[in-house]
Amino acid sequence: MAKVLMKGNEAIAEAAIQAGCRYFFGYPITPQNEIPAYMAKMLPKVGGCFLQAESEISAINMVYGAAGAGARVMTSSSSPGISLKQEGISYIVGAELPCLIVNIVRGGPGLGGIQPAQSDYFQAVKGGGHGDYHMVVLAPSSIQEMVDLVTDGFDIADKYRNPVMILGDGMLGQMMEPVEFREKKTILPEKPWATTGNKEGKPRNIINSLFIDPQGLEDHVLKLYKKYDEMKENEVRVECYNCEDAEIIIAAYGTMARIAKNVIQMAEEQGIKIGLIRPITLWPFPVDTFKKWADSHHVKAFLSLEMSMGQMVEDIRLSVDGAKPVHFYGRTGGMVPTPKAILEEIKKIREGI
Amino acid sequence: MAHEVIISGFGGQGVMSLGQLLTYAGMLEGKNVSWLPSYGPEMRGGTANCSVIITDELVGSPIVTEATAVIAMNLPSLEKFEKTILAEGLLIINSSLVDSKTTRDDIDVIYIPANEIADELGNNRVANMVMLGAYLEKTRVVSPDSIIESLREVLGHSKEHLVPVNQEALKRGAQLVKNKG
Repeated sequence: MAKVLMKGNEAIAEAAIQAGCRYFFGYPITPQNEIPAYMAKMLPKVGGCFLQAESEISAINMVYGAAGAGARVMTSSSSPGISLKQEGISYIVGAELPCLIVNIVRGGPGLGGIQPAQSDYFQAVKGGGHGDYHMVVLAPSSIQEMVDLVTDGFDIADKYRNPVMILGDGMLGQMMEPVEFREKKTILPEKPWATTGNKEGKPRNIINSLFIDPQGLEDHVLKLYKKYDEMKENEVRVECYNCEDAEIIIAAYGTMARIAKNVIQMAEEQGIKIGLIRPITLWPFPVDTFKKWADSHHVKAFLSLEMSMGQMVEDIRLSVDGAKPVHFYGRTGGMVPTPKAILEEIKKIREGI
Repeated sequence: MAHEVIISGFGGQGVMSLGQLLTYAGMLEGKNVSWLPSYGPEMRGGTANCSVIITDELVGSPIVTEATAVIAMNLPSLEKFEKTILAEGLLIINSSLVDSKTTRDDIDVIYIPANEIADELGNNRVANMVMLGAYLEKTRVVSPDSIIESLREVLGHSKEHLVPVNQEALKRGAQLVKNKG
């Protein structure tokens, strides 16, 4: 198919529809409003249902219900709205249901601002709701990748019966880039566990996250953790760019990874070799990739670049495990670091080596 | 070379659509492109702007901090973005609405009475296309034909009748640059 020019938010919505999503429940918030707007316009045309709920809390519980009934379903919001959805997300994980949740992150805490940020990293990857749980968190850095990850995200959710989150930011949601929708036949999996009525007298299916017996709950959580081990085994995605011979490796995802590529080019013009590790899955984190490059003799240090006060840097430090120094540079509150400022930071790190 | 442009004006002056047309045309010509709008409260009555990148290289950050060109549709836009232009870069000012001159002496400046020309063409809303015509004539980033093709794509069949006046506006903008030679 030919390339079209689309906003990130619209591309997410179109990709979801093409992936067979027919149910969207949400509540408006900037900077992701083009997603529900697109869904409101297009879902009725394909026999789907768009519903603007009375709050984020009801939206996520509608997702819970539709997922329980076996539907391919999604919701989207931005930071404060995603905070409100955390209780529901925890329930959906507990009840082992698949769905896609999109967070187009804005600056926080509190109501914060509306400009792009990456300060919801902890919330996304460490379990923003209560209880022992994880979900696969996908971090696209282009509009094309947003489209591809939406499709894959639904499939991953179904495969493990677990929610998947797309973690973008206001810039990726608002910007336009050429994008291609690859013809792909969507085959929705059978969901024999779904609560779809019991007319044929089949055994009752129960969707539930309540386990009063502590042994029963521990068994359940251990079962969930077996799934997380499989996700760690199968779902890690990462891009390594320019890492061969790099003396410093930048780690960045999403918007920051784009900016990092500008920095790498500027540095190269000045004879400085910089590489980039771009986690595409923030959970499961590409631990082995970091370990591998940390063991390389030419790599002297890592630098985590984030639009936050430093969150992913903790996972990098855990992965590198003291083998090499791990530095941090970031801006927050909706400020986006400039390539120039980052290059200055790199020069400072080099002086200290 | 990479063209990194900031287009800015009041909400309603068509700065977002000007940027989108340029981006779309760049895509049609096989270039790497991005379009990034300002979004937020400033769009309601205040200054709206967008950043467009058209390049043969990879597009990293879509934010333009050092512009090869700025298209300023009103005074606040001139004041806000004139300093972001690279030395020897281009500044196009809508002199219908902006009385001030630029304070920069190391850049190329073109003054275009865009609203007056649009009025002459009988459609005040094509002032943005007059500015775009001037920009294309000066930089040759994309061909005016690609812009018109993009416009047809964006407008759709029901607004096909608006194509000629837009085409004319592009030509008038280009003509002004040619005359200044």
